[in-house]
Amino acid sequence: MKELQELAAKLLADGAVQVVLGYEEGPRGVRPAFITDPAQAGRLVFDARCVQNLATYLNPRRKHIVQLGKPAVVVKGCDARAIAGLVRERQIARASVVVIAMRCGGVLQRAEENAALSSETTAARCAGCDAREPKLYDYILGELPPDPPVNASRAEKIALLEKMTPAQRKSFWDEELSRCIRCHACREACPMCFCVQCTAERALPQWIDPSPTLHANRAWQMMRVLHQAGRCVDCLECERACPEDIPLGLFARYIAGAVETRFGYKACDDPAVPAPLGVFSTEDGEEFIR
Amino acid sequence: MPNNVKQDTDGAWSPKIVAFVCNWCTYTGADLAGTSRLKMEANVRVIRLACSSRVNPLFIIKAFERGADGVIVSGCHTGDCHYSTGNYYARRRFAILRDLLQFMGVDDDRVTFSWVSASEGNKWQEVVNETTDRVRALGALHAPLQEKGGERP
Repeated sequence: MKELQELAAKLLADGAVQVVLGYEEGPRGVRPAFITDPAQAGRLVFDARCVQNLATYLNPRRKHIVQLGKPAVVVKGCDARAIAGLVRERQIARASVVVIAMRCGGVLQRAEENAALSSETTAARCAGCDAREPKLYDYILGELPPDPPVNASRAEKIALLEKMTPAQRKSFWDEELSRCIRCHACREACPMCFCVQCTAERALPQWIDPSPTLHANRAWQMMRVLHQAGRCVDCLECERACPEDIPLGLFARYIAGAVETRFGYKACDDPAVPAPLGVFSTEDGEEFIR
Repeated sequence: MPNNVKQDTDGAWSPKIVAFVCNWCTYTGADLAGTSRLKMEANVRVIRLACSSRVNPLFIIKAFERGADGVIVSGCHTGDCHYSTGNYYARRRFAILRDLLQFMGVDDDRVTFSWVSASEGNKWQEVVNETTDRVRALGALHAPLQEKGGERP
């Protein structure tokens, strides 16, 4: 932690960056911090409560952050994948951001809890993580902690859903998505949702009914998931942001799995790997084409 | 658009199917089927697009949302695309869309992806008839749209 604070202070004092996006202690657990003054670098913390994906603040549609100047951002391995994604999709230039990577031993599900990591409290996305030591960074800090306990709840739920009949799956999602209030928090939290104008807010033509009816909610989530196919970095900020606790992480995991089986692409922190839906192979499977 | 016209002449429920077809192969193939006087089910509404890669997956989601019971997407065979590579990109997109539809509980049999070339009038006839039969067997996808306001608990 000391290392991180010193590095942030140095970067700010040298003028290498104008703002450091990191984590600080807040009234309800750890929260994102925007440090612009080197004297304030002591506020930065990093531990298992740092669940937020700060790469979302690099998203160019966040004009108020862009205004702060060149950022340095504190990332975990999973967040580094989002930075790679933004670079891959030409949303930001790699040189426009200083990446401070932290070796990560897994995080909790919620930033406000201060529990020990266990198979229940660990975030579901940490199960099977292969990016605890990111490869995309300018500075990398900390010792590599031991593997976190595995929270298998999400994998179990997907296996359960896949065993259901289409009608059962439909009624499962009808029940979940009927709660959606269309606040679009899932989109706002997402580091990879970078359209200047969201299709859901287009009025001419109106693609998605803005009212929170089941028809429209279903269409909204399907659109969001499709747009994230091959982009999603599985940081699960959508699920964490959802005020109605809709298990959006199931979509994320499922579609990532589909992209991996079909096109052999796995979210990674190498910006040179092309986005799977922006390229093709003549060998792609077409067993579904009648 | 009259959303609730879903009846055969004898008054029984009949599926509404939307077909997104490419201008160069399938539309011409469907034209051939028509000029050859092939008998086809009358449930399919054809929408002509420049290429199968013009089919935004949202078209299909929107069609289902607005009351379609089935969707057909069809274009040139791979390697035959008028724009060389359009259908290769489309194929990737459709693969993911199909997986997602399945995950959401939309029966696989409601969506037909098919390659139909300009000379395959017979194949178009088969695609139309088979899809209609499958969708007819599955029944309506949603309750009618008139109940839209009443569905939220």
